Amino acid sequence: MPKQQANWSPYDNNGGTCVAIAGADYCVIAADTRMSTGYSILTRDYSKIIQLADKSVMASSGFQADVRALQKVLAARHLLYQHQHNKQMSCPAMAQLLSNTLYFKRFFPYYSFNVLGGLDSEGKGCVFTYDAVGSYERVGYSAQGSGATLITPFLDNQLKSPSPLLLPAKDAVTPLSEIEAIDLVKTCFASATERDIYTGDKVEMLVLNASGIRREFMELRKD
Amino acid sequence: MFRNQYDTDVTTWSPAGRLFQVEYAMEAVKQGSAAIGLRSKTHVVLASVNKASSELSSHQKKIFKVDDHIGVAIAGLTADGRVLSRYMRNECINYSYTYESPLPVGRLVVQLADKAQVCTQRSWKRPYGVGLLVGGLDESGAHLYYNCPSGNYFEYQAFAIGSRSQAAKTYLERKFESFMDSSREDLIKDALFALRETLQGEKMTSSICTISILGAGEAFHVLDQETVQRLINEFEVVGEEPPANEAAAPDAEAAAPGAAEGAAPDQGAAPMDI
Repeated sequence: MPKQQANWSPYDNNGGTCVAIAGADYCVIAADTRMSTGYSILTRDYSKIIQLADKSVMASSGFQADVRALQKVLAARHLLYQHQHNKQMSCPAMAQLLSNTLYFKRFFPYYSFNVLGGLDSEGKGCVFTYDAVGSYERVGYSAQGSGATLITPFLDNQLKSPSPLLLPAKDAVTPLSEIEAIDLVKTCFASATERDIYTGDKVEMLVLNASGIRREFMELRKD
Repeated sequence: MFRNQYDTDVTTWSPAGRLFQVEYAMEAVKQGSAAIGLRSKTHVVLASVNKASSELSSHQKKIFKVDDHIGVAIAGLTADGRVLSRYMRNECINYSYTYESPLPVGRLVVQLADKAQVCTQRSWKRPYGVGLLVGGLDESGAHLYYNCPSGNYFEYQAFAIGSRSQAAKTYLERKFESFMDSSREDLIKDALFALRETLQGEKMTSSICTISILGAGEAFHVLDQETVQRLINEFEVVGEEPPANEAAAPDAEAAAPGAAEGAAPDQGAAPMDI
């Protein structure tokens, strides 16, 4: 008897794209608001972004049920941290927590492609990018999800991140101003929407800086 | 309470139907420094006296945030209190995770009481030596509960536990009927007055007391030292509020000249000796 293949998968891909860019004193985290399954659209107005702490924002694409479960676990862990330490988690601490949480389910992973953005303890923008099982790295910018392959080469070209192997060690954060970075993000999404069927409808952008957090929306093509 | 042959372990009844170990645990609560709770329709105030074991040490934390809508003040073995607070926090987080809504206070105190009861019926355990004043706000309004080491719990309009709490209870018994409709500020003031009663003449400063509040639209938080000191100064300068009976009249007389002397040379340093 030939080996049986599963006729049911616990996972589904709801599509979507997430992007984050770190600046000298700000961080932009953006994601489109389209939720799909197969070739259908489930909704045009779903947020993939969550604020986990006052200086940490996470955007996740992939299987949104797993994303939601992951968000709840992180929120509960953050509450526990606040009770024990009497302060909010820093972005690098949250980054490590996210990595550990993902790896905890190494053998039945969260189908969640995450990008965590925020401000570090010095107030500089930081972006952490992950795979589904928790491998992570601090970078100057990142894209995840169905449109990532279209956006990443464009950001590589525009943001000219120096190689981490170069000496003297250079800052990964972009010298762009906040307005320029937001404009770049809008351009990324507008372009990805053209060719990626799973990206579109609206892009939700969260901007974190010293004065707090701001949310912006931009309309995208609906086809 | 004297030593007797039925008090060695918690699983031994006395012929009179008492569990002495449980009663001894309630004694431990009376030894701790005072904790006070009061509630109105919309707010709950928890206050405590900060007793430091020596001049060199810091004082123990007696008021804990359990969730945005629940706080707890303890008296007795503070280590036991800390552990129970951690349990309460976990319960709130787990409930919130499952039901995406805040844990109703009544549910939490029952869970706490059941947990305490277990320790009164196991030979390898001992009762928790801490009394908890649980204050919280849920859909059915503001609540104040007292959880005993015995596993009993009661709901109160206002209550005080710990050493010299009887003085505070006397004050609260006089004023409690007005608490339900009290404003937030009046509730805090009453808490401070009640707390002052337990100090029995000791100087009242913001370093010796901790005040916390939660209410409709206001997450649980501890008031900072400056705010508390300012409130203390306000009522010290004005003099004690005239309560409704003559027993307090000598207090008011003694406080007024004390306040008048104090206000002139040094704001807030008025001697409270009566």
